[in-house]
Amino acid sequence: MTWSEMQPLLSQACWDTLYMVGWSTLIAVVGGLPLGILLVLTDRGHLLQNVVANKVIGQVVNITRSMPFIILMVALMTFTRWITGTTIGREAAIVPLAIGAIPFFARLVETAVREVDGGLVEAVQAMGGNTWTIVRKVLVPEALPSLIASTTTTIVALIGYSAMAGTVGAGGLGDIAIRYGYQRFETELMWITVGILAVVISLIQFAGDFAARSLYNRGGRSGRAPKLRLLKAKEPASADIGKVA
Amino acid sequence: MITTTGLTKIYGADGSRGREITALDGVDLHVREGEVYGVIGQSGAGKSSLIRCINLLERPTAGTVSVAGQDLTALAGRGPRAGKELRQARSRIGMVFQHFNLLSSRTVQDNVELPLEILGRSGKERSRKALELLDLVGLADRAGAYPAQLSGGQKQRVGIARALAADPKVLLSDEATSALDPETTRSILQLLRDLNRQLGLTVLLITHEMDVVKSICDSAALMEKGRIVESGTVSELLATPGSELAAALFPVGGEAAGPDRTVVDVTFQGEAATQPVISQLSRTYNIDISILGAAIDTVGGLQVGRMRIELPGRYEDNVVPIGFLREQGLQIDVVGASDAKTALAKEAVK
Repeated sequence: MTWSEMQPLLSQACWDTLYMVGWSTLIAVVGGLPLGILLVLTDRGHLLQNVVANKVIGQVVNITRSMPFIILMVALMTFTRWITGTTIGREAAIVPLAIGAIPFFARLVETAVREVDGGLVEAVQAMGGNTWTIVRKVLVPEALPSLIASTTTTIVALIGYSAMAGTVGAGGLGDIAIRYGYQRFETELMWITVGILAVVISLIQFAGDFAARSLYNRGGRSGRAPKLRLLKAKEPASADIGKVA
Repeated sequence: MITTTGLTKIYGADGSRGREITALDGVDLHVREGEVYGVIGQSGAGKSSLIRCINLLERPTAGTVSVAGQDLTALAGRGPRAGKELRQARSRIGMVFQHFNLLSSRTVQDNVELPLEILGRSGKERSRKALELLDLVGLADRAGAYPAQLSGGQKQRVGIARALAADPKVLLSDEATSALDPETTRSILQLLRDLNRQLGLTVLLITHEMDVVKSICDSAALMEKGRIVESGTVSELLATPGSELAAALFPVGGEAAGPDRTVVDVTFQGEAATQPVISQLSRTYNIDISILGAAIDTVGGLQVGRMRIELPGRYEDNVVPIGFLREQGLQIDVVGASDAKTALAKEAVK
């Protein structure tokens, strides 16, 4: 295959991947963010404590996450047809990609939101803030650097999943690598696709890390978290002096 | 201004799991308007539970809390979520925390504006108020900084400015100076005192540092195992014989030289502090008095002296001179009977 033959194939594949990953990331963030926050809020000892709801959401998330993507894609075919009117092509691939990514992102959101210092929640409660205020003004902004890192991880995972979308005729870089590179022995084309994927993923990771870090280091100082821990470690020490003496 | 009656908090009382822990055991607290009230006690005495029950961050198991005449426990509702009325009541109570609890994602000014955002004030009004308060706490030039760029003392000043944003009449301070060094502690306490005077702010603070009570409190209470064991204005406490808090606030050291000696703690307040009582005592009864320890200090804005003296002979031999000292209007504690108590108090002050 010559470059002039490969070039249109590759540019179409790049566009397809971008389209699928872009839309499914957007849906995953829109769906996974509230789900992840709910997982934290409904947990024992939190603002909206509700053991039943927490267990149900947790189980749904676990079941969806435990399913291999290729099987999820097949299992969701009826649903996909109902949403998009078709089971093949890019649009059809977006549905299982998004549904696979929502619980994945939700778990990452859950971890990120749990990291937010409970004292901040308490402070806003003491000011008279309600749960929605706490979500909007404390949990999301304070977890933002981690949330951005989580989004990066989700995008990278979705690029991986999207290779399998070729099985429903959705195209994309992974599809090219399998159909042309592997099945038609176009080794050169396969390596080019792999190279493009590597570059794309590196760029996304770099951009994500950069965004997360610049938010985290706001104020020009890195590592506020270890500093807080140092202060906390001091407390029992000073309180115990009386007993020692 | 703040009154609690029979306030009780038992953790694990919902019978879910784990054993029950009684953090507060029928606490009756009365904080008058415009005073600085200190609750002191060791870790685990229930101080934190107490202050968190005042604005119902913790739901008391029993008892009532009222702030500025409003019964907060009646507003609480049943679930863990705070209803509208309770949230409104909370917005009228400022709170500062040991670890400052500033939002790292917001600038200093935006942190101070947060309570006003919650109250739905306009942007213009918010920034005017925030800058005014930052000026009051001496941080007008750091409005655009992020909390990570500030020192501990500056962070606590922002915490105080934030707590005052909604013009509360009451300020709760949860170990506000415990994470700060002694120098910064002094300046923060000074600030609290100034705010108390300038704004007529009622301050309830909890601490494990006796110095905090000593430097700014009008009244104090000592907490042990979830109960208030002593309370009153600082001068009342100092005038109470055998008061642990008074001894801890104002300790004097010194041991008796031998078994047939009587050791007496003499506390002077106000007028009595200027009388030459010791030399009068020595001359009148012709006895030799050794001074084991003495100190003069200002406690709660009150000039107080305390002296530990040793008289020859047993207590029985010294009934008359001790009676003389009492007649002079001095507060006399004979050491020995309450040795255990003083030792305890000494421990608390360290």
